[in-house]
Amino acid sequence: MSLLPNIIFAIIFFSGLGFFARNIRKLRRNIYLGKDVDTSGDTKLRWTNMAKIALGQGKMTRRPISGFLHIVVYLGFVIINIEVLEIVIDGFLGTHRIFSNIGPIYGVLIGTFEVLAFLVFISVVIFWFRRNTVNIKRFMSSELNGWPKLDGNLILYFEIVLMALFIIMNATDVEFQSSNNGNIISQFFAPIFEGFNVNLIERIAWWMHIVGIIIFLNYLYYSKHLHILLAFPNTYFGSVKPKGFLNNIESITNEVKLMMDPEADPYASDSTDTLAPDKFGASDVLDLNWVQLLNAYTCTECGRCTSECPANQTGKKLSPRKIMMDTRDRLVEVGNNIDSNNGEFKLDGIQLLGDYITNEEIWACTSCNACVEACPISIDPLSIILEMRRYLVMEQSAAPMELNNMMSNIENNGAPWPYSQMDRLNWKN
Amino acid sequence: MGDVLKVPTMAEFKAAGKQPEILFWVGCAGSFDDRARKITKAFVRLLNKAKVDFAVLGTEESCTGDPAKRSGNEFLFQMQAVTNIEVLSTYDVKKIVTACPHCFNTLKNEYPSLGGNYKVMHHTQFLKSLLDEGRLTIEGGKFKGKRITFHDPCFLGRANDVYEAPRDLIKKLDVELVEMKNCRKKGLCCGAGGAQMFKDAEVGQKEINIERTEQAMEVKPEIIAAGCPFCNTMMTDGVKNKAEGQIEVMDVAELIANASDL
Repeated sequence: MSLLPNIIFAIIFFSGLGFFARNIRKLRRNIYLGKDVDTSGDTKLRWTNMAKIALGQGKMTRRPISGFLHIVVYLGFVIINIEVLEIVIDGFLGTHRIFSNIGPIYGVLIGTFEVLAFLVFISVVIFWFRRNTVNIKRFMSSELNGWPKLDGNLILYFEIVLMALFIIMNATDVEFQSSNNGNIISQFFAPIFEGFNVNLIERIAWWMHIVGIIIFLNYLYYSKHLHILLAFPNTYFGSVKPKGFLNNIESITNEVKLMMDPEADPYASDSTDTLAPDKFGASDVLDLNWVQLLNAYTCTECGRCTSECPANQTGKKLSPRKIMMDTRDRLVEVGNNIDSNNGEFKLDGIQLLGDYITNEEIWACTSCNACVEACPISIDPLSIILEMRRYLVMEQSAAPMELNNMMSNIENNGAPWPYSQMDRLNWKN
Repeated sequence: MGDVLKVPTMAEFKAAGKQPEILFWVGCAGSFDDRARKITKAFVRLLNKAKVDFAVLGTEESCTGDPAKRSGNEFLFQMQAVTNIEVLSTYDVKKIVTACPHCFNTLKNEYPSLGGNYKVMHHTQFLKSLLDEGRLTIEGGKFKGKRITFHDPCFLGRANDVYEAPRDLIKKLDVELVEMKNCRKKGLCCGAGGAQMFKDAEVGQKEINIERTEQAMEVKPEIIAAGCPFCNTMMTDGVKNKAEGQIEVMDVAELIANASDL
């Protein structure tokens, strides 16, 4: 028997995996371009969050229809992948259904896969209609025009084709059909192929299925679909503090404490921890921390954040989803810049704030945390908005005039309005 | 109504060598805003009635820095925070109660890493604890049977997961508590957070407070209950625009105090 198919399989398999690994290294590199951030502690809570939110899909069913369909696709994806193990072993060894001799349990397994594949197929078709024909507001925003919309549909086409190939592969497998063990769904499709060269169709479906899976795996890196992997680390590294908490910038704390300490000698201190950072806040992706950059790669553009955003609901330009998409797009641009300049970032005169995100978007936020609450996988668009406000205020003094008035009132008389601190108790009279 | 409020200051307590049970952090709105001052007074009447040993900082209180921080002015925020922490340390403050969710959130979550560690309670949580301990009773059925909806302040609800204390208080009034379609975790912002209170909104199709008022009107309340002076302002404005004279906007503390004709 010729070893050619085995060799071709090995080449496709390893080059597919190798290319994926190469891109994942790039992804990792890009994420770690972000500033360091303390994610230590609360290990138990972090694991619990990951188990509940990512593994357990805890927040998905808050939207019952899409949540339920998503869980079907998620379960299908995870469980059907057990079958890929058999396919890969068959591919390497040139065997056919190597696990089929494990007895009736094989039928139970394949039967389960078939049912799930069928349900996934139905769910994905419904997803397609929701995305393209039902006018659901979060799928119609302008930030989805062009590639993001195509990307979303391509993912659905991939899944439709892969599930169909799996069923066809089983339906045209004469031996499998005659064993009548596990062909719960495929038995209804088997008659369609009568009179055709079923052996050939089975082989074509088998090859297309596994090659499709490898292509889909590699497609992830270029698409919004990375969430199937990154949701896990993202929910682990997501905030474990109350949502109202915003971090206190440490270098400023040092500065303020120095100012408040009458004993302090400003010339005595030359330790690095009192040095001012090179920039306050963020105007570009490299000013953000790596968890924020991980957030950006994790976002699958579902738009639950944007649909809950009070500013967006009332027609303002701010869309938390767009903040995440812009951050990722800019990060990819910076990564490509580094790749084409021998590992060094060459200034390109472009910034996240200004070229991707406008000040108008940044100032429309009410910091209400609805976007953070809505995200099913712990992405925090608000923290990025805050960093940009910090940049605008502390680096550029570019706050809206009314906010400058409010801030000078606080500076002068300890209240956002121009009332004297000495009048604070007048209310009791 | 006419009797004088007892509002001792921390300085008076210290001079007498005593320590109050709680510090009542009034906040800027509660001190200066005409509408919010009524909330402050209603809460003090309840404190007086329950004979709570409390004090205020009075002229020694200053903005917590919340609007500065959320505008991006971390310097100003931390200057305010560190100064306030100095004052609070002088009086050895352990427990703070405030009627402003913004002060509540900032004192509770953002002061600790700057050296200010206190037990911080929202006034609805504190009032609830007074009820539970039997120190305060809610009498008089002034609001009996009224339809009331509660607007969750973002900085009390989503930011700090306090959803039940204000609702538990409202339920004690024998009223019909109705929920808006967006409530609790999904509560819609009134539009004032993140320092928006102090600036005009960006260009859009609608003001956020109008959207929220319309959501409230859908459940046909006679009263919108609030737990934040800024939400109160925004909802009052919204009602003026959409349902003047039909709906009242009241703080939970006002509801309780008025029910007892305090």
